[in-house]
Amino acid sequence: MTDNTSVLRTRGLRKDFGKATGLVHAVDGVDLDVAPGETVAIMGPSGCGKSTLLHLLGGLERPTDGEIRLAGRRVDQMGEKALARLRREAVGFVFQAFHLMDELTAVENVELPALLAGRSRRAARAQATDLLERVGLADRAGFLPSALSGGQRQRVAVARALSNEPLVVLADEPTGNLDSAATLDVLQLFDSLRRAGQTLVIITHDSRIAATADRLISMRDGAFVDETKTMGGTRGNLGAFAQLEG
Amino acid sequence: MGRILLILRLTVRDLRRRPAEAVLMLLVIGVATTTLTIGLALYGVTDKPYQQTRAATAGPDVVASLQAGPGQSAAPVGVNALIHASGVTGHSGPYPLASTMIRARGRTAYVMAEGRDLAPAAVDQPKPTRGSWVRDGGVVIERSFADALGVHVGDQVTLGGRSFRVIGMAVTAGLPAYPGGLCSMGCASIPASWLHSSTSPTPGLVWLTKPAARSLATSAGSLSYLLNLKLANPAEAQAFVIAHSSDSPAAPILSPWQRILDVDNLVVENAQDAMQVGGWLFGLLAVAGVAVLVGRRMVEQTRRVGLLKAVGGTPGLVASVLLAEHLVLALAAAAIGLVAGWLAAPPFASTGAGLIGTPGAPSLTVSTVVIIAAVALAVALAATLVPAIRAARTSTVNALADAARPPRRRAWLIAISARLPVPMLLGLRLAARRPRRAVLNALSIAVTVTGIATILANYSYLARHFSSGVDDPRIDRINQMMVMITVMLVVLAAINMISITWATMLDARRSSALARALGATPEQVSAGLSAAQVLPALPGTIVGIPAGIYLCDVLRHGALTIPPLGWLLLVLLGTPLVVAGLTFIPSRLGARRPVAEILQSELV
Ligand SMILES: Nc1ncnc2c1ncn2[C@@H]1O[C@H](COP(=O)(O)OP(=O)(O)OP(=O)(O)O)[C@@H](O)[C@H]1O
Ligand SMILES: [Mg+2]
Repeated sequence: MTDNTSVLRTRGLRKDFGKATGLVHAVDGVDLDVAPGETVAIMGPSGCGKSTLLHLLGGLERPTDGEIRLAGRRVDQMGEKALARLRREAVGFVFQAFHLMDELTAVENVELPALLAGRSRRAARAQATDLLERVGLADRAGFLPSALSGGQRQRVAVARALSNEPLVVLADEPTGNLDSAATLDVLQLFDSLRRAGQTLVIITHDSRIAATADRLISMRDGAFVDETKTMGGTRGNLGAFAQLEG
Repeated sequence: MGRILLILRLTVRDLRRRPAEAVLMLLVIGVATTTLTIGLALYGVTDKPYQQTRAATAGPDVVASLQAGPGQSAAPVGVNALIHASGVTGHSGPYPLASTMIRARGRTAYVMAEGRDLAPAAVDQPKPTRGSWVRDGGVVIERSFADALGVHVGDQVTLGGRSFRVIGMAVTAGLPAYPGGLCSMGCASIPASWLHSSTSPTPGLVWLTKPAARSLATSAGSLSYLLNLKLANPAEAQAFVIAHSSDSPAAPILSPWQRILDVDNLVVENAQDAMQVGGWLFGLLAVAGVAVLVGRRMVEQTRRVGLLKAVGGTPGLVASVLLAEHLVLALAAAAIGLVAGWLAAPPFASTGAGLIGTPGAPSLTVSTVVIIAAVALAVALAATLVPAIRAARTSTVNALADAARPPRRRAWLIAISARLPVPMLLGLRLAARRPRRAVLNALSIAVTVTGIATILANYSYLARHFSSGVDDPRIDRINQMMVMITVMLVVLAAINMISITWATMLDARRSSALARALGATPEQVSAGLSAAQVLPALPGTIVGIPAGIYLCDVLRHGALTIPPLGWLLLVLLGTPLVVAGLTFIPSRLGARRPVAEILQSELV
């Protein structure tokens, strides 16, 4: 059964916006299977429905049609409360715009999902500190986002996504707002997550980033048009990228 | 010139773009100015009716209260010295004045019975408005006292145990109308026991024939005399009184006609006080309400400020644009308040039945107009100045990046909130993000609770001190007014509360969406938004209750009255509940907005 081998699985997934002449098929019949520990990159032109797909996968938006299963459970039929719990326990989001809370320090941002999940303050803080160390920002724990560089902010956002040990991390153009050096930082971070067995779905415009994934999917007009196994050449590709920068 | 045109144009555009906010602002300032206008317009409304009554009844210029001589039928002391004093051109009396009890329609009240001649007097001839003047076996009752007792011509009443028929009702300018307090005229015959009784010590006034009045006096102490004097120059009444008064206990007590007018004015004075205090409370509420509206607008306008500055606008221009709009609205609200207050004042100005003639149209003097306009402008300035200066001084780059008002960080609050349940965590952090708004929220609640506590304290004061069976028109009027002020307080506070919640909700759009993306449920987010309003409401309520009791104490000149504990508890617990209820819908709406859309749209 595919259900048992996929962490994330969709069938005939569709999402429409608007009505009549303004009708947009943002996601138009997507079948996706993501295996545990797999890193999937999704590429495609602007407006082809990548973000919408990601929002559907994470339960931020409800599909017009089709089904989504996360660890075997139907997501598309869940109520608001169950969806909130799903986002809290099974999904971690990383956004292009970071979306950190400006008034919270790095460590306070990272511990937020744990606090929302009802963890004790002490446990949440300890875990957040560990996560910041893991993303290499232990020394910036008390900094406000405004005092961090773009790359550092995104690494804080990744640490936040990892709080509560999600089944899958969904990243929407995580390097879209970053320069090449910062991109490399974040890329290395995702690579380390991949090697640690974290399941990842990354949307990106950058083919060099896509090359670090296990699998690359091309999307156009709301549907998948092409799929490439990148055969795990991550290290090599990253190396090549690093050389380009160097 | 071009600059002013630009400011005007931007102002008009902005007003048109946000009509709802403009209307809200007109409403909150308008209520305050209306109430203040009513309060100010009540100054001196009794003057004209008193003058008309004085003219119609040949009102005296000076009234003397004389003690009875030794022995029941002896002449009062000091009459001759007064009627032959220089400047006195006429007199009537002395008339006997007996203190006794009246029973009418099952009610009992204190009364002063004045004995009069059957023929009309040259000075102070009370004018019957119903029925006729005194004759044997009949009693004429002062009109406002008759109203309070609920008696009509033809009724039977009992005076000092004897039955009389009510044959008329009359008005006078020679004694204050009920319940002004005859004792303020120094009625020598008031028994001390009246003053210490739990019922209202304010006696009413009736007229009988002289023998009948005398016979009602059961002891020498319960009889005194009234002598009415006409002066050559009524304007010199005060000087005459000063010249002829003496400290001797047996000396007559003299009152100029102006004093009677003052006592009659007391009837509207309470109304005046209430409306003015109400006006100031509403003014404070308006400051809070407008400040919230303006503050929220500033958040939306930061980018416009940046653009203005980027194309060369000076900080002064930027501040002017922001100020101009609100000052225009404030002046409009002042105009509305003046007209509405002037139209609404007459019912509050009615002087009761003690005087004839219509109360003068409440006056709308130049000084009233100036005060009202100044108050409205002050409200708008107080609420706008800080944000306008802040906007003018933000860096252009920040303003263009829309980051002019980054949320505040309160480290200790964030640390504390981490220990709390999720809705409280979200609520406390939301409240801490915009401390100024939280303070305005607390202020708004504090003012409202102050008003309600004042009214409750006043109500229990009245219940304690005026619990006689007789209707007191002053109390009816005050109660009526208090109901009105309470309703308006609550309405204004509700408007403030909803606009504060709305502002918080818009402001917290992104962080709420984010909290939901991170797994908070819509219920938790909406409970958090409500908690962000309830939290500042708590200190507001706790401050407001003693403040209201204190305010009542000040208004009542030190008659500290604590309302029943049950009422206070109801306010203490009810206020946060009402706030939670009011914020429920806006916060619910806020929490329902699609997360993805918000997070996407903020992808500047
Ligand atoms: N809330 C919405 N209402 C209406 N249409 C929407 C909404 N969200 C997205 N769309 C439309 O759906 C389509 C897909 O949008 P989406 O944001 O998923 O694209 P994308 O692939 O992420 O683009 P980009 O690479 O620019 O981020 C677009 O045509 C967009 O206009
Ligand atoms: Mg996108």
